[in-house]
Amino acid sequence: MAHKFPSDEWVKAVRELLNNSDSYQRSAKDWEGDFIFVVEPDEEYADTAYLHLELYHGSSPGAAMVDPDNLPETEYTLNAPFSTWRKVIDGKLDPIQGMMTGQLKLKGNLMKIMRYPKAAQEIVACCAKIPTDW
Amino acid sequence: MWHFVSPRIVFGESSLSSLEEISMSRALVVTDNNLVQIGLVEPVLDLIKKSGCEVLVFDDVEPDPTLAAVELGKVVANDFQPDWIVGLGGGSPMDTAKAIWVLYERPDLIPAMINPFIKLGLREKSRLITIPTTSGTGAEITWGIVLTDSENNRKMGLGNRENAADIALVDPALASGMPPQLTADTGLDALTHAVEGFICTWHTDITDGLCLNAAREILHYLPTAYEASQSDSPNQERFKLAREKMHNSATSAGMGFGNAMASLAHAIGHVLGSVFHIPHGRAVGVCLPYTIEFAARGEDPSRIADLAGLLGIKGASSKLGGKFAAALRNLSQDIGNPVCLAEVGLDKKNFDDQLEKMVDDAFNDTQIITAPRAPSYQELEQLFQYIYSGQPIDF
Ligand SMILES: [Zn+2]
Repeated sequence: MAHKFPSDEWVKAVRELLNNSDSYQRSAKDWEGDFIFVVEPDEEYADTAYLHLELYHGSSPGAAMVDPDNLPETEYTLNAPFSTWRKVIDGKLDPIQGMMTGQLKLKGNLMKIMRYPKAAQEIVACCAKIPTDW
Repeated sequence: MWHFVSPRIVFGESSLSSLEEISMSRALVVTDNNLVQIGLVEPVLDLIKKSGCEVLVFDDVEPDPTLAAVELGKVVANDFQPDWIVGLGGGSPMDTAKAIWVLYERPDLIPAMINPFIKLGLREKSRLITIPTTSGTGAEITWGIVLTDSENNRKMGLGNRENAADIALVDPALASGMPPQLTADTGLDALTHAVEGFICTWHTDITDGLCLNAAREILHYLPTAYEASQSDSPNQERFKLAREKMHNSATSAGMGFGNAMASLAHAIGHVLGSVFHIPHGRAVGVCLPYTIEFAARGEDPSRIADLAGLLGIKGASSKLGGKFAAALRNLSQDIGNPVCLAEVGLDKKNFDDQLEKMVDDAFNDTQIITAPRAPSYQELEQLFQYIYSGQPIDF
């Protein structure tokens, strides 16, 4: 079943795939640090959405679309307009290249994340596997 | 959207003399002590001093430079206040020079914070010149900085587009005296850059031609350059030509892979370097045939077949990956290099003891993310075992 992006079901589906990914578990086995993916408005999407992905030691304990008035504190935020997220999830934009060219904006401890490139790639690979409604 | 970054490149015979034309007042030369001993540094210093420039030499750079060496260099730079930093040597001094430069300009950073996602704002106090004395690393061009975290015995892929050098002086005379082993190791490094720059998932229209031409030239000229390194009369024209072609090709390969990426042979090679201190070029050169075979057995081997075909390897496209790997192994043997880790002289028990750490580290090396076929953790472990024993990849 396809899930709408962005939505609570969509980010929960990412969580489920991550928790079944051997590559993610291996590459992020000592990772600590949650993410909020911020989907910013553009001509294709009028709202701003916040997707919270909890990440701890190779698994994702929880995931939810969260209310802007009640944002949890996370170590990282990754911001991009809706159409940029779509390119990433469709596999048309490598997210690391996207960050290197300022199309996705990452905030948080960059020194730490540089040591986990494979884990970052696996999160995106899981996002790309979810049948998505736009 | 993507960027292509390169210093101004002055290359060819006598290109070193262009140092005289660069107006400098205080130059910090980052190099290694071995190069000072063999007399390669002094002529460079003489050229810099001709314009009345004050020079300080920092030669505390070891192979596989550490975060600590860079921190020490930062202190030296802060004391000396150079307006130019010169990285002179192989990859280690040039990468160290890049890192020292960044930290001198940005005292608020530590080496591990040099990443491609931030604005550095360099060139407020100084600029960077790189001068390679080997024909291999391409570090004179690339903005990547590989440093060793000696606490965790792990190589760290750092760097930012801004820290590519301003000027690269690529003079073949500086590398023409390389001994046989260094000629072979660094030549295989350059070849691996050219091949991986072409096959990696970040390759581009702009980098493909550079990588392809470099691969072709290196396959053709490396055996002669190696022969030159063993010859009593290395000044023969054909030897000089081979040395110059290798020097230029290493730089072209640097422009190619440095603006794309490397791939799996580098991910594994980095680990072999940090754990067993195998020289970088030898490590990646041993791995490359296996990672080519592995990629050629993936869902889409077309990139490997394309490159093999363009390099003149003939046969059915399903067989090209294997033939390409065989040609690479033949080249290694022709220049006296090992084709598996057992031949490198690694003890099997020691290797097995380190295997889990090596697979973990290679799995999170920056160069693995652009592999044309991404290995699972188990496949990566198998790759290590096959590279040790010399068995061609059959999975
Ligand atoms: Zn290399």
